[in-house]
Amino acid sequence: MSADAALSRIRDRVVDGKRLDREDGRFLLTEAPLLEVGALAAEARFARLPDRVVTFVIDSNPNYTNVCVTDCQFCAFYRKPGDPEAWTLTVDEVLAKVESAAAQGATTVLLQGGHNPALPLEYYLSIVSETRRRFPRVTPHFFTASEIQTIAGVASLSVGDVLDRLWDAGQRTLPGGGAEVLSERVRKRIAPKKGGPGAWLEVHRQAHHRGFKSTATMMYGHVEDVDDVLDHLDAVRGLQDEHGGFTAFVPWSFKPGNTLLEKWIKHYKGPNAYLRMLAVARLYLDNFHHIQASWFSEGKRAGQIALHFGADDWGGTLFEENVHRAADYVNRIGVDEIVTLIRDAGFTPAQRTTEYEIVRTY
Amino acid sequence: MHFSDRRLEPLWQKVCSGTRLSREDGLLLFETDDLLGLGRMADHVKSRREGDRVYFVLNRYISPTNVCVLSCAFCGFARKKGEAGAFEYTIEDIVGMVSEEVREVHIVGGHHPDWPFEYYERVIGALHAARPEVQIKAFTAAEIDYFWRRWRIEPKDALTRLKAAGLESMPGGGAEIFSPRLARRLRYAGKADAERWCEIHGIAHALGIHTNATMLYGHLETHAERVDHLLRLREQQDASGGFLTFIALPYQVGATRLVPRGTPPTDNLRTIAAARMLLDNFPHVEAYWVLLGEETASVALHFGADDVNGTLEDERVQHMAGAETPAGVAREQLLRMIQDAGKVPVERDALYNVVRVYN
Repeated sequence: MSADAALSRIRDRVVDGKRLDREDGRFLLTEAPLLEVGALAAEARFARLPDRVVTFVIDSNPNYTNVCVTDCQFCAFYRKPGDPEAWTLTVDEVLAKVESAAAQGATTVLLQGGHNPALPLEYYLSIVSETRRRFPRVTPHFFTASEIQTIAGVASLSVGDVLDRLWDAGQRTLPGGGAEVLSERVRKRIAPKKGGPGAWLEVHRQAHHRGFKSTATMMYGHVEDVDDVLDHLDAVRGLQDEHGGFTAFVPWSFKPGNTLLEKWIKHYKGPNAYLRMLAVARLYLDNFHHIQASWFSEGKRAGQIALHFGADDWGGTLFEENVHRAADYVNRIGVDEIVTLIRDAGFTPAQRTTEYEIVRTY
Repeated sequence: MHFSDRRLEPLWQKVCSGTRLSREDGLLLFETDDLLGLGRMADHVKSRREGDRVYFVLNRYISPTNVCVLSCAFCGFARKKGEAGAFEYTIEDIVGMVSEEVREVHIVGGHHPDWPFEYYERVIGALHAARPEVQIKAFTAAEIDYFWRRWRIEPKDALTRLKAAGLESMPGGGAEIFSPRLARRLRYAGKADAERWCEIHGIAHALGIHTNATMLYGHLETHAERVDHLLRLREQQDASGGFLTFIALPYQVGATRLVPRGTPPTDNLRTIAAARMLLDNFPHVEAYWVLLGEETASVALHFGADDVNGTLEDERVQHMAGAETPAGVAREQLLRMIQDAGKVPVERDALYNVVRVYN
């Protein structure tokens, strides 16, 4: 089939609301001209969300520990237990970070950390319940799937039990980090101690079943190939069919600085790969409402351009962020600048909550 | 091709049939929300001409001086004689700046109050004698015009003498934006105006000197002024035919702050794409990465650009105006910028002769 014929077949499917298959995905990820993919993605975005509104969240992304026993090859942030640079915050220190974020107007605090086997369940539950009690306007968006597994392992509880306890403490959403690329091959290679894709998926499945909302992320640009990416997209689309618990899909590129993979991978994938990934996600993930443009990981310019490639969300202010920083990748922004950048790109900015409800339109 | 803005359909028909776009078409290109529709048309035009090729050149920018009699409101580069930060290079300095790998030098400077024309002639002669294989691209039409204003040397004589000294081609700067309104407002009325700028390029073309053309945008100009600027360039190219490349120059806010912030990357992509579509008689349209930033330049290779310029080891003009990009990227960086876009890098010389294709 010629590229034009393949494109027009895909376009017909998109317009008719039919799901794209793996072959469509493969074509879009590899051969299709970038701007054709982008234009189709924009069409799908406006069919789903007709207003030229782009949302953002006021948030912070602190960490409670950098101690981790998982040794992922892509990570520049973690330290092994006992390392002179290892640190773990007390519950009060974490709450001070939440307080600082709240004082700056944050409605979301995305808290995550290493897999630290020294921390008991009560540590996590206290952070949630105290955040709820002391900062009712802040949504605790805490603990990625692999942290939940660690908590369960340390406490000798099931993942479901831990989720129930977190729910009872007041938590309603989970961040989507730690998915990396949901393919057996890739996770075995770069994050062998995290388990296969099923590990991440099962935590989100159980969370959605209990009424939690979460996001799905993907960190690409390391050892994955096209099939791995398609495995990832199929996996999150399939899980979304079950409970509809994902609010958004958030891809970003791997930053090799200070990681073990840096030896083989010198540079992060550029803006063209990013725009293609976003656009393909918008087209392939037909059951996701929101696709987030990550100004933080890809740069503000790429973020603005991405709004024309199917993305409808700008991400957050990220008042504090340490994981990319550890890879020598730093970016900063304030609310005024977000509003300006979204407007400059040709859209109406709107502040949202963690669960994508609009708080204020500018 | 399907457009989210249906008004682009007749333009697409024109592009397919090779029909020239009108002024109204040009205005629509700057107004439509369908940025990717515009980009896809421009990409089609670019691909029809050049396929997947994207050019770069190993070049060196040299400013002999930043001392300038003018006070253009958009310029963060110029200094008055004796002012802090003013510099004046000797011929030896300039010759010494050209390292081994450089294939093209790009020489642009201030309108110096005292340097005689013969000094410029000697700069070119000395460079050419020292490095005969290096192509010299030097002096904007504004500088050639200044040689007339200051020393009463006719452009034709100036260009003939410079060519004899070793000048190969002329850069496209000094056009700013062709608008008498803005020339007064932004205090560049003392510079060659549209007629004079185009006249000098026509003279150069008649002498066999290829030139480039630019547009400085993203400050106080209107979309209509951009379109009129591009159409004036197209008209001149019809008349004299010697333009090689069009380069869109986004205004750098720096210390001059004509506007609170630089124009967004989406506007840069739009302007490049619109230029590719309107300038149907220009062989090349450039994504000048130093001003755009690497990401936007790389994406612009899908929006009609077929060139990223070069290594630019010392780009003082734009840097003193606040360009963020570090001067002097290695060839690898240029290759990556092009290959990230899925294009084939082609190293060229100043006249677009192919030096090497990186397949």
